[in-house]
Amino acid sequence: MLNRFLIISLTILPLSALHAAEWSNQASIEARYFFDEALNPQQHDSNLSVTFESEFYHDWDDDQQRIVFTPFARLDQHDSERSHADLREFYWRRSFENTDLYVGVRKIFWGVTESLHLVDIINQSDSIENLDGEDKLGQPMVSLTHSNELGDWSLYLLPWFRERTFAGLEGRLRPPLVVDHDNAQYESGDDEKHIDSALRWSHVIDDWDIGLSWFHGTDRTPQLIPQTSNGTTTLLPFYAQLEQIGLDAQYTYESWLWKLETVSRRHDNRFSPALNRSNATVGGFEYTWYGLFDSATDIGLVMEYQYDSREGDRTAIANNDIAIGSRLTFNDVQDTTLLALVASDFDQRERFISFEGSRRLGELMSISLESRFFSNTSPQSSLHSLRDDDYFEATLTRYF
Amino acid sequence: MINNKIYALLLPLLVMLFPATAFSIDDAADEKKGLEIAIEADLRDKGFADSSASLEMILRNRHGETSQRQLRNKTLEVADDGDKVIIIFDTPRDVKGTAFLSFTHKLEADDQWLYLPALKRVKRIASRNKAGPFMGSEFAYEDISSQEVEKYTYRYIKDETFDNRDHFVIERDPVDPKSGYKRQRVWIDKTEYRFWKIDFYDRKDTLLKTLNYNDYNQYLKKFWRANIMEMTNHQTGKSTRLTWQKFKFQNGFSENEFTKNALKKAR
Repeated sequence: MLNRFLIISLTILPLSALHAAEWSNQASIEARYFFDEALNPQQHDSNLSVTFESEFYHDWDDDQQRIVFTPFARLDQHDSERSHADLREFYWRRSFENTDLYVGVRKIFWGVTESLHLVDIINQSDSIENLDGEDKLGQPMVSLTHSNELGDWSLYLLPWFRERTFAGLEGRLRPPLVVDHDNAQYESGDDEKHIDSALRWSHVIDDWDIGLSWFHGTDRTPQLIPQTSNGTTTLLPFYAQLEQIGLDAQYTYESWLWKLETVSRRHDNRFSPALNRSNATVGGFEYTWYGLFDSATDIGLVMEYQYDSREGDRTAIANNDIAIGSRLTFNDVQDTTLLALVASDFDQRERFISFEGSRRLGELMSISLESRFFSNTSPQSSLHSLRDDDYFEATLTRYF
Repeated sequence: MINNKIYALLLPLLVMLFPATAFSIDDAADEKKGLEIAIEADLRDKGFADSSASLEMILRNRHGETSQRQLRNKTLEVADDGDKVIIIFDTPRDVKGTAFLSFTHKLEADDQWLYLPALKRVKRIASRNKAGPFMGSEFAYEDISSQEVEKYTYRYIKDETFDNRDHFVIERDPVDPKSGYKRQRVWIDKTEYRFWKIDFYDRKDTLLKTLNYNDYNQYLKKFWRANIMEMTNHQTGKSTRLTWQKFKFQNGFSENEFTKNALKKAR
């Protein structure tokens, strides 16, 4: 495993010597320890993993043109699915007067809320990386952004769909059945070659940051359908077609941030046509007390309510939940931060608890710790399959 | 002048009615002179249009251990309001590519956004943390924010000569109750109206920090910029040294280089 990692590093490093100013690299080692014995005997109670990410960029033509190249790779001790590589970014940008044209693989983020990202839909989640859904796979696209006094206007054409990543047989944090992504099903006859499209308008009006978006194409979130062949049952991902309209808004007033994201979706769901229309909302606030007890430390409180109208086989985890979190920012030389979050379901009473902490070590290293717990689950609850997957994770990252 | 005449006429009346205000004539004159000095200093820096620079911060703790940060900044002068500023972080490496956009205002809270490169996310952030440290340094956000006359009330204290320069010594009190300071004592030279030293007093009126400016250069035959700014915290023994490089004025920056969309493209 480490040999493969070294080979990758050694082939990339000599290039960095040529353009020292424009390459930046980072490598990390991650250790996970699971507190409970795995549900499946093929899974493991601890795991080691290494990642490597490199970023190259070059500007020319008086900064009117840019090329960005960001490859990423992970090698995992046990989970062959988690050992994967991806092009996070590989695009060319050409800027005109008030317009930017992008061609290639990019990452786009839309939205404002902290506990859930509903509006954000351009990129597929690289969910095998982390449960939080903040790791994304690069999305091929052609896009245009035009800015004028009425806001930023963006158009996206997305010619190739990326499938969600899932843990493999030996990986933890997965459903009891393995997801067979080699046999993904699509509603569209074009499969992953369906051309998705999206539009977005966003603007800042005084204390308001507002965005409106429209998406039409392959839903990033698959339904997982059990299927038995040759005596083994697996989950087949089914990717339906989706039309989604989204609104995101933030109102900033002194130490208050008020946040709202809401989406209206239309699926052509061949399994349960009655559930074609759905909507989901997440909204709440973040408040920060600065300079706690005359120190440099800030403490923030986040509270967000999550709602999703979908029922049946599309029921979302965050369907009637409240997320409460607190962030401690020490504002010290090492940028130490701690984050605690509890999300509880009003109906099922299940709870998701997360602790995160990070700090810099010297100038070129950082450490982050993370621990997550799935508690109070019942056979009906959506977190039931993760009930024995409470874990602690430490990640050490080196930049060079 | 007119003011002085009015005071002269009103003086006997005032002394009779409010004996304590007899002292306020001197105070008023000092306040007026303090404000005039601040206005003149501000005036001499007007019209730079825009500027860019790179800077290095060296943070030193009381044991002499240091850590470094490298940043670049772009400033756009805005008439009748605070400047627009973009700051791009190059080191420490874990925050490389992070960028900060601020629309500073004279009295109301600044509008601020932060770009997080790992998520490609721009976050609007609350700007009420003016007393908080900037990047773990001894500089508070309010120390590096655009200096506007309206942000303080002033009084002239005395003249003082050192390093072969004559200085005005003025004091200024922050108008904003969220400021971390009760008052600041500022040394401004009489010929070019450059800041040479600021003593910062905390809310309990105890000397907290001293900022020293060094190595001034003049640009476009008008604008003076110090290459070195050293902030010393007397209460903790920590200090931060800012070294500015590559000052460039009138780059032709436009409004649309200081937007959320521009923040995502900043390098």
